[in-house]
Amino acid sequence: MLSLIVFLPLAAALALLALPRLGDTAARWTWVAVAAADLALVVAAWLRYETPTAGRLAFEEQVEWIPGVNSSYHLGVDGLSLPLVAMTAVIFLACAIFALRETDRPRLQAALFLFLQSVSMGLFVAADLILFFVFFDLSIVGMYFVIAGWGHGNAARSAMKFFLYTFLGSLALLVGFIGLYIAADPHTFDMVELAEQTPFAGSSLAGGLVLAAILIGLAVKTPTVPFHTWLPPAHTDAPAIGSAVLAGVLLKMGTYGFVRIAMPMLPEAWRDWAWVIIVVGIVSVVYGALVALAQTNVKRMVAYTSVNHMGYIVLAVGAAGLIADDTAQARSIAVTGAVTQMVSHGLITGALFLLAGVLQDRAATYDMDSYGGLAGPAPRFAAFFAVGAFASLGLPGLSGFIAEFQIFTGSIAAAPVTAIALVGILLTAALFLRALQRIFTGETRGRSVGFTDLRAAEVWSVGPLLVLSLLIGVFPRPLLAVIEPAAEVAVELVGR
Amino acid sequence: MSMSETALWLLVLLPAVVGGGLALSRLERAAAAVSLATAFTTAALSVVVALERPRVSVPFMAGSDLALGVDALSALVAPTVAVVSLLVLVFSAGEIRESQARFHGLMLLFASAALLTATAETLPALLFAWEVMGATSFALIGFWWRDDHRVSAGITAFVTTRTADVGLYVAAGAALAGGAGLALADLPASSEGWRHVVAAGVLVAALGKAAQLPFSFWLSRAMEGPSPVSALLHSAAMVAMGGYLLLRTEPLMASTGWAAPAAAWVGALTALLLGAVAVAQQDLKQLLAASTSAQLGFVVMGAGLASVSGGAAHLVAHASTKALLFLAAGAWLTALGTKQLVGLRGVARRWRLVGWAATAGALSLAGVAPLALWATKDAVLAAALADSPWLYAVGLAAAALSAAYAGKILVILWRPLREREHAEVESHLDEEERGTRHVGMLEQAPLVALALGAVVLGVLALPPFGDTVARALGEEPLHPTWAEMAASVVIALGVLALVWWRPVPEPGWALAWLGLERATQALVVRPSLSLAEALARFDDRVLDRGVAGSAAAALGLARRAATFDDRVLDGAVETTSRASLWTAARAARDDDRWFDGAVEGLAAQLRRLGRLARRPQTGQLHQYYIQAVAVLAIGVLLLVTVR
Repeated sequence: MLSLIVFLPLAAALALLALPRLGDTAARWTWVAVAAADLALVVAAWLRYETPTAGRLAFEEQVEWIPGVNSSYHLGVDGLSLPLVAMTAVIFLACAIFALRETDRPRLQAALFLFLQSVSMGLFVAADLILFFVFFDLSIVGMYFVIAGWGHGNAARSAMKFFLYTFLGSLALLVGFIGLYIAADPHTFDMVELAEQTPFAGSSLAGGLVLAAILIGLAVKTPTVPFHTWLPPAHTDAPAIGSAVLAGVLLKMGTYGFVRIAMPMLPEAWRDWAWVIIVVGIVSVVYGALVALAQTNVKRMVAYTSVNHMGYIVLAVGAAGLIADDTAQARSIAVTGAVTQMVSHGLITGALFLLAGVLQDRAATYDMDSYGGLAGPAPRFAAFFAVGAFASLGLPGLSGFIAEFQIFTGSIAAAPVTAIALVGILLTAALFLRALQRIFTGETRGRSVGFTDLRAAEVWSVGPLLVLSLLIGVFPRPLLAVIEPAAEVAVELVGR
Repeated sequence: MSMSETALWLLVLLPAVVGGGLALSRLERAAAAVSLATAFTTAALSVVVALERPRVSVPFMAGSDLALGVDALSALVAPTVAVVSLLVLVFSAGEIRESQARFHGLMLLFASAALLTATAETLPALLFAWEVMGATSFALIGFWWRDDHRVSAGITAFVTTRTADVGLYVAAGAALAGGAGLALADLPASSEGWRHVVAAGVLVAALGKAAQLPFSFWLSRAMEGPSPVSALLHSAAMVAMGGYLLLRTEPLMASTGWAAPAAAWVGALTALLLGAVAVAQQDLKQLLAASTSAQLGFVVMGAGLASVSGGAAHLVAHASTKALLFLAAGAWLTALGTKQLVGLRGVARRWRLVGWAATAGALSLAGVAPLALWATKDAVLAAALADSPWLYAVGLAAAALSAAYAGKILVILWRPLREREHAEVESHLDEEERGTRHVGMLEQAPLVALALGAVVLGVLALPPFGDTVARALGEEPLHPTWAEMAASVVIALGVLALVWWRPVPEPGWALAWLGLERATQALVVRPSLSLAEALARFDDRVLDRGVAGSAAAALGLARRAATFDDRVLDGAVETTSRASLWTAARAARDDDRWFDGAVEGLAAQLRRLGRLARRPQTGQLHQYYIQAVAVLAIGVLLLVTVR
């Protein structure tokens, strides 16, 4: 089941490459059909999903791969990964629909995105560190070509910066993985086994060093302050769908690594360094929001709010490492919130970046002050953007609130100082409302004049993302019922 | 699910779903009809649940339910919100002519959030509704979005109230840590230390919404919105919900020992100072806004003094009175194009029905017996006297100021114009918008209903019905003595008489709302923006350039390594070979010839090594990375083989 979900897009990508005579329209619709089929498979898996026993995975598949280093082709999902798999499928389908109007090498673009989809799916279901690392690095390669090939502005430079920075980060990650492998007895790259073994139990220096390597690798990808400076140029110059995948899916690979690898495999080191992680989270929240407030470019602004939103996740998983008997429930609420935030941020920021792409498409600028009164000529665009903005600032009724309320409630109960990060929700409120005011209200002026409202493909790609955010915001139970048991396990594992 | 439980769900869901749908639709023609039908049904549902008192809940998040329930307090407040919403929407059907679908949709969404606030039994449910109220208020205040200053006012309102809302997030975290759960009724059972944090968080959030000091200024800006918005949000619902929250959590406030007195004093001081602000205003809506803060001060005071019945009665009576006055101000603004008091002089004589309704409202606001606010305010003041004579004195002074600003309205409404004053009045007409010179039936009908409320709702605080209310709320009825009641009537009438004879002073500090907004701008907003700008520059110039710098440094290092490789290593090889050659030549010349071949061979070998060593030093970064990966991979292999 999982292999099919992972490799269906890749097979389609190869088929697209093998058929150079395929028309552009056929290529675009093939992409949509395959992305939809993959989503259907994920939905089927979700419906059949039953919470596995603690420490195990559902839908496991394991085949010998590199027996010399005890690395196997091992897949599986649990409550931490299944929501991300589903979110990934949704984002890629939204991108496929959005790209129905693409005229620049649509066949190649479809193949590239299908490749990226396979890679992303593979990362979230991987249960082996080597497999994880392969997917992790391939995602960087894929995104490099997306930005360099379909970007605008200074795309080549931004793509190179993105590549070098995140690739360097992934090397740190690899060092950490090798460290885990060496310390394990018997040596293995299997994630389930490593989580069971906790290789560095009792050796805090070595464990701390390995954790540091892994954290740096993940912090670059997430990104947290101060490793975030590749993000704004990458987003600014990436095509709309590239940004949506980058923010929606690729950033989650970093945060997912925290809960999947760092916390369960290095619990002792995680507890020792919990305060550092919390501080990095708080700084990312406040710093990201403040810098976003000062931006005049929509895409840069949304990129910095991503730093802010990822900060909430880091803060929550850090707080989960502050062990005290009476806060187990609070910490598992914080982790539940963190995972919810990963899904929620994917949907919301994906939608916002697609909408920002509409600005570039119609008027070739992201500069907010070039617009004004855009709600007049483009009421539907204004409504969509407003819903996205309110979702992103954590308005109840939308998914961001469900995530952030749990993050804050759980983290404050475990570590009251995290309340400082609440400044973040004020700053994001102010910055999104100011952006709405600059772009959409007042007299219609500048590039707003003659702006064409959303087209069908744009409505049908962004709309579902916002509707999902609304559904999660109002009926969170189906999602939380999947996440909560896994969050409890994660908190238990880190407490060992 | 029983009928009444369904009714409770529908009370919240019906206006939410219809409102959300309307706001996104373009049903301009049907909007008002759909909205009124919805509001009417909602009002009927509110009466049903007030009588039946159902409770419902579904699992939500953070181990807590989304729980709704109706008890004695919400049985008073929920119907108030629903009925005022209906009346305001009737008025809006006549008043709002553009973007009706968006307007009615947002108003219904707001009403739904306010009704959820009034019935919420857990913190997640409360915060959910609480913030949706804030967001819809942003959209409604900035409803005429082509005017930048109105959108700014919406932003001010939302961000200011959200600043206070942060208190509820803190309270939720503290409640979780306190171990008693997130149900509102369980909060007083939190563990000792955390209970204080919970109380502080709730108190701040409530004071922000209720536009109490020091948050009051957002309400002044909020007057940029349409008048029906003010009539609902800034009389019966949003600000009132701030007061309501304190009434709802009165046991929590009382349990801390400090939160209740703090609430009482903040309420009293707001009533006093914002009363003075109201007296100084020259714009009718600004006057009404300041008076809203001041009147909510009495509600907050009631909550702090454990007089939930008095506070609740005052909340309900004030909702009816102030909605009436805001709607009247809106009707005159539409008809005459001004809300300046000078421009409205003598207006009661022009539209008699509106004038008499507004007069009833103003008299109630002044505290004239036996009208509604007279009775409800005295109930709160009686509790104040039982607590502290100082508090009572401040409350009494605030009551005198209520009479003063209400009197100011009455003077404007009724005092006949002298000949020479006509020109000045007329110069204000149409200064804000083109007046229609017309007040329609849809605008007038709701005023009559609200005026009725402003006259009779005092029964909520007067025996016998008031005693029933108090007992239902779990209190022993507390009656003001005859002397107290007489004192308040004498003060009200005395001040009214004084205002009629002499113009009231309008000091600058009060006219500018105590300079609160300016202080906030100077102390919070501008520093935050400057900090943001500075950090953005830091991010670009230091952090990002640091990264670019280290990349450049790496390149430079590679280049230097290549040079080192060429000049030193290779040079050494070359030199060695040359030296070898020279030695060999010497050796050849001197002696053994058969060494020569070996040396030549060694030299050639070394030269080849030198060339080989130069090859990977391309100076191209990506090739260096590939080498790094290769080395790491070899490292892995080594580890594997030697483990």
